[in-house]
Amino acid sequence: MTNGWIDIKNTDMMLIMGGNPAENHPCGFKWAIEAKRQRNAQMIVVDPRFTRTAAVADLFLQIRAGADIAFLGGVIHYALENQRVAKEYLVNYTNAAFLVKDGFKLPEDGLYSGFDAATQTYNKSTWNYEEAGGGKSAADAPPSLPPNVAYDAALEHPRSVYQLLKKHYSRYTPEMVERITGIPKDQFLKAADLFTSIRKDGDTRKAATIIYAVGWTQHTFGSQIIRTAAMLQLLLGNVGRAGGGVNALRGHSNIQGATDIAGVFDILPGYLKVPNPTDQNFAAWMKRITPTSAKPKEWDSWNYWSNTARFAVSLMKSMYGDAARKDNDWAFSYLPKVDREYSWAHIWDEMYQGKVKGLLAFGMNGVAIGPNSQKNIDALKKADWLVVCEIYPDETSSFWQSPGITREQMKNIPTEVYRLPGAGFAEKDGTFVNSARWLQWKWAALPPPGQARLDQEILARIFLNVRELYKKDGGKFPDPILNLSWSYTDPNNPSLSEVARELNGRALADVTDPATQQIIKAGQQLPGFAFLRDDGSTACGNWLWCGSWTEAGALMQRRGTDDPSGLGIYPNWAWSWPMNRRVMYNRASCDENGKPWDPARRQVWWNEAQKRWTGNDVPDFKADSQPKDHMGPFIMNPEGVGRLFVPLGGMADGPFPEHYEPFESPIANPLHPKQSNNPVVKKYKSDLDKFGTPEQGFTVVCTTYRLTEHYHYWTKNNPMNVQLVPEMFVEIPAELANEMGITGGEKVKVTSARGTYLAKAMVTRRIRPMTIDGKKVYQIGIPIHQGYRGIQEDEGKVPRTIANLLSPAVTDPNAYTPEFKGFLVKIEKA
Amino acid sequence: MSNGPLQIKAISGHAGPVPGRDASRDYDVCKLVDVTTCIGCKACEVACLEWNGYPFRETVFDNTYQTMPDLAWNYYNLIRFDEHVAEDGTLSWLMRKDQCMHCADPGCLLACPADGAIVQYSNGIVDFQQEHCIGCQYCVTGCPFNIPKFNKETKKVHKCTLCSDRVGAGLEPACIKACPTGCLHFGSKDDMKELAETRVRQLHEHSSHKNAGVYDPAGVGGTHVIYVLHDKDHPERYGGLPKDPQIPLLVRLWKGPLKWLGNIAIAAGIIGVATHYLRFGPKRAEEETKGEPK
Amino acid sequence: MNPTRRSFLKGGTGAVVASVLGFDLKPAFAQAKELKIARTTETRSTCPYCSVSCGIIIHTIGDKAKNVTAQVVHVEGDPDHPINRGTLCPKGSSLMQDILNERRLLKPQVRRPGSDHWEDIGWDQAIEEIARHIKKTRDETFISTDSQGRTVNRLESIAWNGGCTDTNEFNYLAVKTMRSLGVTYLENQARV
Repeated sequence: MTNGWIDIKNTDMMLIMGGNPAENHPCGFKWAIEAKRQRNAQMIVVDPRFTRTAAVADLFLQIRAGADIAFLGGVIHYALENQRVAKEYLVNYTNAAFLVKDGFKLPEDGLYSGFDAATQTYNKSTWNYEEAGGGKSAADAPPSLPPNVAYDAALEHPRSVYQLLKKHYSRYTPEMVERITGIPKDQFLKAADLFTSIRKDGDTRKAATIIYAVGWTQHTFGSQIIRTAAMLQLLLGNVGRAGGGVNALRGHSNIQGATDIAGVFDILPGYLKVPNPTDQNFAAWMKRITPTSAKPKEWDSWNYWSNTARFAVSLMKSMYGDAARKDNDWAFSYLPKVDREYSWAHIWDEMYQGKVKGLLAFGMNGVAIGPNSQKNIDALKKADWLVVCEIYPDETSSFWQSPGITREQMKNIPTEVYRLPGAGFAEKDGTFVNSARWLQWKWAALPPPGQARLDQEILARIFLNVRELYKKDGGKFPDPILNLSWSYTDPNNPSLSEVARELNGRALADVTDPATQQIIKAGQQLPGFAFLRDDGSTACGNWLWCGSWTEAGALMQRRGTDDPSGLGIYPNWAWSWPMNRRVMYNRASCDENGKPWDPARRQVWWNEAQKRWTGNDVPDFKADSQPKDHMGPFIMNPEGVGRLFVPLGGMADGPFPEHYEPFESPIANPLHPKQSNNPVVKKYKSDLDKFGTPEQGFTVVCTTYRLTEHYHYWTKNNPMNVQLVPEMFVEIPAELANEMGITGGEKVKVTSARGTYLAKAMVTRRIRPMTIDGKKVYQIGIPIHQGYRGIQEDEGKVPRTIANLLSPAVTDPNAYTPEFKGFLVKIEKA
Repeated sequence: MSNGPLQIKAISGHAGPVPGRDASRDYDVCKLVDVTTCIGCKACEVACLEWNGYPFRETVFDNTYQTMPDLAWNYYNLIRFDEHVAEDGTLSWLMRKDQCMHCADPGCLLACPADGAIVQYSNGIVDFQQEHCIGCQYCVTGCPFNIPKFNKETKKVHKCTLCSDRVGAGLEPACIKACPTGCLHFGSKDDMKELAETRVRQLHEHSSHKNAGVYDPAGVGGTHVIYVLHDKDHPERYGGLPKDPQIPLLVRLWKGPLKWLGNIAIAAGIIGVATHYLRFGPKRAEEETKGEPK
Repeated sequence: MNPTRRSFLKGGTGAVVASVLGFDLKPAFAQAKELKIARTTETRSTCPYCSVSCGIIIHTIGDKAKNVTAQVVHVEGDPDHPINRGTLCPKGSSLMQDILNERRLLKPQVRRPGSDHWEDIGWDQAIEEIARHIKKTRDETFISTDSQGRTVNRLESIAWNGGCTDTNEFNYLAVKTMRSLGVTYLENQARV
């Protein structure tokens, strides 16, 4: 979230789409209800189903799963046509005025300039700004952003981002929106008018928020849906403002933290890009991943990522201590070099190919999570070993006992499986990061039961055992293993408060802040990332979290309930990254001169007397940058401004989002039937990666989701939750059920090109048939909570099939998230 | 609200005045259920069950999000789900927390022949005292909301206590505390009525629910659980909330002009036609089966 | 008498009867059963489910005296928490059933190659065997240089799957250990 949970109460207008917060985030959703109660805020809900969020909405529209970009693009078109935009914000805080290089082509035929059909990738050299003054970079240099960007503040130049954007979305007419999304034109216009009404007649005081979740990410164009939303919010001037923003509701308690700390292949802690084989030393790595500012000459850009080397050296010091020195290039050779995709779906593909031989799964149930669960099961049959640490028996550790495998067949499954009893949340301390970026400490309430152990103890003992083996017997490249910094008081069971302090970082030599002359002594905890150094005098596990556990104590443990501004900032409750800022990009909550757009919702402002930015929130900005210097509020972008147009390698599939059909779709893309899908979609070629078409009888659009009563594959072990919803079901439109003679409670079989799912039918009027490009299309919905291990499953009361037996392993080319929403199935009586 | 023992205002099956009635001050407590902000999450169901520690029920899928068809002796509180299609085709999904209404004029207490089995506290909570319950189920007949549920094993009747143990200790009821959206609110009856009226005015002015209104039925003297409804003229759309609930006439008679007959009947152990009606009521078949899903 | 219900009418029925006869005008009170969380130990924690991060209070039995092994008796929302303000959803409200659950895994087990059943295994042995698996796989498949001769020092044959409820601190230990092994297949629930 750019903003936070409580901040939703400050909004005047909500678009909830790609998420179902009333069901999946009920306690955060209270702030949406609060906005309705306290501010008469309006709530628009757009979803393939009439959900429990829709039940309390002011306006609900049923959309076809996967048609989100068409809808949002249509709203952008409407806002531009009707002058419902924040002009001053647009010109000064976004790249609307920037000129794009000649040679850049919009995707009228579905393809941007630079597409290479053979490799299915783009050459992105034309996806760039025009250099002011006609300067040219060396021909052989890799494409980079020009330091001095040409622009037209009047937004009239035909190659200005603004004009290109306008042209691009001029194709997204209400009629086209209706054809693609299935939302009747009049309903669409009602929603577009309502949402953009906050900028009616030049009003700049009101704020609108967009709230989404995995309903947007789980598509082969998921990142671009979110970009479309961000662009709409930039156009309306809603980013950085109380009650505004683009708010991702993360699905799990510590997904945000896991991303921040880089539990994923393509980054290192604090979103540092991993080194690749072209980086033959530390300096080369830094040069490649550190951006240089790119802006109009008259403007200023902080370009905070220019500090990348400070973050990276401090990380290497944290990981390898004295073994990471300037004279050994900060142990750069210890880092694995990554030059291809190693994402989630790849693991299973390469395991299925016999290349991934061992898997350590600590709290992630890969078989049930899917996609294409049968492939994951068959992949595990080929692994040498599997280690699962869990609190309940799960589908992954029991893959060799999955339905259909006989005792005889088990003999041919060579995988050795270890199932280790881990500790539950109540038995562990440590921090989670919530969607609002708050790091919050929790305390352990009781010891783990039986022989269950704390996860950190299990991992530490495994690692130390491996290290012992390398010490004793030697082996391949033992250096990083032997030199990994592991100086915990109890190495076999590291205290998480010690790790939390390590993550915050400390001075290894005395460090002085040049601005304030404040000295941090060697050995002291660092007060914030401004103190990080690239000379080895600081160590920090994650620069973003620097400031969370300082000499002042564990700020992540704070419990201050004061909220002086009444905006729900709670500055003394826990700690929020970065540097306790509660609303990101909050400089944009003020006009050019540093005055809040809305005097009633003052977050930060320019204090002329003190010559500083000050306010109720921590300014997310260079504190002494005067408004007249025109520094952009989006300090993490080298441009300093928000990107309506994403240049160069920012996105794999285009600088502006374009509607593509889901990989399996009932229609050809009405915008460009010959390029129906995302041209750079990621897919796999194994015999188990099969795809269905309407011609093969797969005509029904299927979407998957969670219920408020259950949580993934976890609560099927909890008798209370099982009591609330004892059996999983398939939500079927009443019209479709009538056609097929299916009544509620009857067992149905849903089949995709990959597998079959069995459950009872829930016949409902809450999903209606749709007309998509003139064709009648039905959608059905499947809650994902069924597996083959659980209270009901073990008693044989439910069919023991997994929803993800159906879903395809095709992924978004930017975030590598699979398309769990909007694939094709057929349905019949079981 | 009281902190400590709750003072009694009315006692079932009790001859003569309630001792010390009105001896101290108290104000009426009230739950406000604003169904226009209910998301049907069932947190109230779980919070209730967790607080009371009752065993789990075996439920089955029934083509609905509703946990089970009806309340049960160990399930005091149930969200009822109803889909409603308006004339213009607009669909609404109505969710209402169903539970004991804690009537100011409680039919259950009036009907109950067992001395002390049902009491009404001075703060308005109507509470069953199972140790005095004789299992006759007259209360079931007396209730116009179909709330009390019989446990066949123990031969006792149960219903929502409005968390009298929590309220007595200065806490809010468990369901109120849990409610994520604040659709449930707790406080004095006067405050809740005001809050409800304010919300109704807001709905009139800022939403499409021009006929929103407060449900606080006069037929039972008003209730200590009140609702804000989208459409006050159609309470029955919300899982059959009665439009004008009344204590059954015979129950009124039994405790009014015919009370002597009842006393004699009990004293003599005579089960007459009237008491048969009181026991089984007009909706006997439902009562027997509804609370016990297979 | 059902022991889960309030246990007595203060003064009992006798008092009521006495008052009816006009001898006792003491007010009738009902004493609610003692609050079940009146003497429990409260621990502040965070709900492990979604990303709202509701503050919860875990009530455990006992007052932390030495001779008591804590066990959970109740879980309720933390009213001080600025986001949830004491509220909880149906999953959060049922966390006690997650903590105290008869399906919890209580001992390490192993399924041997080709076997059709789980066998118990001691922690020490399990850890030793897992460490040997890791070393063997790593030593057999570690990639020092790529096809162009560039140093890559990576391990593509072992994957790590991190869970959604792993703490930041644990995740950092995972990043440290896995990256030092050279693991490139470092993935987490965050991806999907």
